[in-house]
Amino acid sequence: MQIDWNHFTPWMSLTGGILLGVASAMFILVNGRILGISGILGGLLAPKVRDASWRIAFLLGIFASPLAARLLFPSDWISVPRIDAGWGTLIAAGLMVGLGTRYGSGCTSGHGVCGLSRLSPRSLVATLSFMAAGFVIVFVIRHVI
Amino acid sequence: MHRLSEFIVGLLFGLGLLLSGMTDPGKVQSFLDLAGAWDPSLAFVMGGGILVGVVAFGLAKKRTTNFLGGALHLPTATHIDKRLVLGGLLFGAGWGLAGFCPGPALVSMAAGQDKALVFVLAMLLGMGLYEWAEQNMHAKQIL
Repeated sequence: MQIDWNHFTPWMSLTGGILLGVASAMFILVNGRILGISGILGGLLAPKVRDASWRIAFLLGIFASPLAARLLFPSDWISVPRIDAGWGTLIAAGLMVGLGTRYGSGCTSGHGVCGLSRLSPRSLVATLSFMAAGFVIVFVIRHVI
Repeated sequence: MHRLSEFIVGLLFGLGLLLSGMTDPGKVQSFLDLAGAWDPSLAFVMGGGILVGVVAFGLAKKRTTNFLGGALHLPTATHIDKRLVLGGLLFGAGWGLAGFCPGPALVSMAAGQDKALVFVLAMLLGMGLYEWAEQNMHAKQIL
């Protein structure tokens, strides 16, 4: 195993992670909700939409974040996105992420951050599942195909 | 008050994703690329989040109401089943393919990236398909 020291950003990633933790902490303690993006989004697509207003308020905050980041942070704090996937791959991946997160009741935020913080064995299994699939797929697309 | 708090939480979460590097699909894939030049940064993202989360959820478990006096919706499901694992595997495969998971995809879409917009539209279609399948399969008791 070789480490990519050029792109390794431990402090910025730790800071960002702490911010994710603070947001999750506020959401459960102040609003009494689990911060899980796929669940929040998926709840708006259910046949009978329940409590749409808090979901929309949260999403508006998410949508405002790139503008806020531009105003608050120096531009070199945010890594410039590199998107290797082509359009077809993006569509297939989007479908898989949409279906998979709803079927498995959560994604990186709900299971990965909140679930593991709750010490939930169920979320640990979900997190190990999606991480394992991620490792395998990236191995295949970067080293096999 | 509630709506303002939810908006601020969304904003903080989006800022956290941007700072952490999660909105860079190349960085996400480099974290998942153990056999290549590995970028361990995202382990620090999860570590930082859990560090704060453990304290917050520890506190939440001892409470019956939230700070605003309303209900605390802590998950009650504990079963580990096929759905959980298959859903996780499918999600992880899509995550690895594109380098996007739901939160960062929404943030990148809001930043004006056309590729993130297409990913989000496909993701919403996938979530819609799930709702449709739940309705129809359950009715026929296939799932």
